[in-house]
Amino acid sequence: MADLGLTLRAAQPQALATLIRVLGDLTLAEDVLQEACVRAIGKWPEIGIPENPVAWLVATGRNHAIDLFRRRALEERHAGAMAVLDEADQAAWNEIETGADIVLKDDLTRLIFTCCHPALSPDAQVALTLKTVAGLSVEEIAHAFLAAPRTMEQRIVRAKRKIRDAGIPYEVPGPAELPERLTSVLQVAYLIFNEGYKASRGDAIVRHELAQQAIRLARILSRLFRAEPEVTGLLALMLLQHARRDARADRDGALIPLDEQDRTRWDRALIAEGRALIEKTLRRKRPGPYQIQAAIAAVHGVSQSHAETDWREIAALYALLEKYQPSPVVTLNRAVAVAQVDGPRAALELLDVIGDSPDMQRYRYYHASRAAFLADLGDRSGARAAYERALLLTENQPERAFLEKKISEQK
Amino acid sequence: MLYALLIYEAEDVSESYSDADMEQALEGHRNLQNDTKADGVFVEANQLMPAGSATSVRVRNGEVSVMDGPFAETKELLLGLYVVDCGTLDQAVEYARRIPHAETGGIEVRPVAYFERSGSDQLQWPTSD
Repeated sequence: MADLGLTLRAAQPQALATLIRVLGDLTLAEDVLQEACVRAIGKWPEIGIPENPVAWLVATGRNHAIDLFRRRALEERHAGAMAVLDEADQAAWNEIETGADIVLKDDLTRLIFTCCHPALSPDAQVALTLKTVAGLSVEEIAHAFLAAPRTMEQRIVRAKRKIRDAGIPYEVPGPAELPERLTSVLQVAYLIFNEGYKASRGDAIVRHELAQQAIRLARILSRLFRAEPEVTGLLALMLLQHARRDARADRDGALIPLDEQDRTRWDRALIAEGRALIEKTLRRKRPGPYQIQAAIAAVHGVSQSHAETDWREIAALYALLEKYQPSPVVTLNRAVAVAQVDGPRAALELLDVIGDSPDMQRYRYYHASRAAFLADLGDRSGARAAYERALLLTENQPERAFLEKKISEQK
Repeated sequence: MLYALLIYEAEDVSESYSDADMEQALEGHRNLQNDTKADGVFVEANQLMPAGSATSVRVRNGEVSVMDGPFAETKELLLGLYVVDCGTLDQAVEYARRIPHAETGGIEVRPVAYFERSGSDQLQWPTSD
């Protein structure tokens, strides 16, 4: 019965989503699901893992809720309590028992849209999604965000109270709102993933687990929204970035830039999976920012070295990304690729376009890139001045050492 | 002339009410409502849910932004209010964003506390929690 824990954990989000619909209350659903899991741990070793664990958990949880209502009805003579369950949609209930996927799928989709509702703060969306959709415990979430379990518990309790008090609906948004609401769901998933890659985090194991949870979430989303290429694009992007996890930081946790990474440490299986996904998705000809970023990561993923990278393709992809998601950072990345294809002068012309942006003036990679292009053109004083600007904006010690070396080379 | 009497209080004050404080406040409201009804001037009275249940809605350049929390800008003044009976927050937001001032100021969507209007027409505290 080694699989019992895994099966139970995998079945929980779906069982919770269905129990919320049947019972109409998130907290009650969580309570009865917990009881159902306790019973599963006691019973399953004896009866074997049920053929449909989700249906087993939902049925057991619902029966427990009926017991609770009966007891309460006796205690408080609150006759109305039973009516809540009688009103539960019996037809849908029968479908759950026969394991109709479509009903289950809708329940989980509803739950995701509730957890990622814009009327909840971004922090609350992330915590609630990890708790209810990914099935993490409060302790696990608190650990991942370096927060006290009590703080995380309060955040989740407040979010649930807001859902109930403000009347945040448990439903899939209509076609008019769907694209925008789906975008915010994807943002939550990507936020969780990036949280796992914050350079400030010390514990590599915790970071990788968070990234893996985000990937699991993206897998669930891509199953639920097969028709949406951006969802698959996000999954592919995460896989391709996660493939570099062992090569992107040194022993002290300092970030290693892409061109200096030991590519033998990239995870080839993840690159292959991410690449296959993005190639299939791009064929649908409905590109978007996540798909384009995944395509860029895929080009890097198959390149033997920095020099052998298909920079023409990368420059073209960044130009496309600029159309969908214009930002100075995207233009800066495009300039780096253009430098490899058309030389430093063309790259500097692109940097001039974004040079007035205050964000770029404060961005050390902007100044460091500009310095490198100027150095290539033989403008030593210009390059030195730009490296010095970058140094002023850098606190990270290995990066400072790198920049100081560059400055001394321009004398 | 219709007058709106807007009630302000620091949230930690009302949250720290003891049962006796609450009963005293309730008594005051009950008396005032009975008197305003007797005088024929009563229109309606509502208690709002705590600020934690608030959602802010703004429209800028045609884009609707929905955010957690009350409308916290201090330079704006309260201009007026609508009370709508909606099934969900999303439905209320749909109306809120159509208020012209959503494009220049902001609209706070706050649930009205639910009072059981029993046959005796007596004011009661909300039953949730």
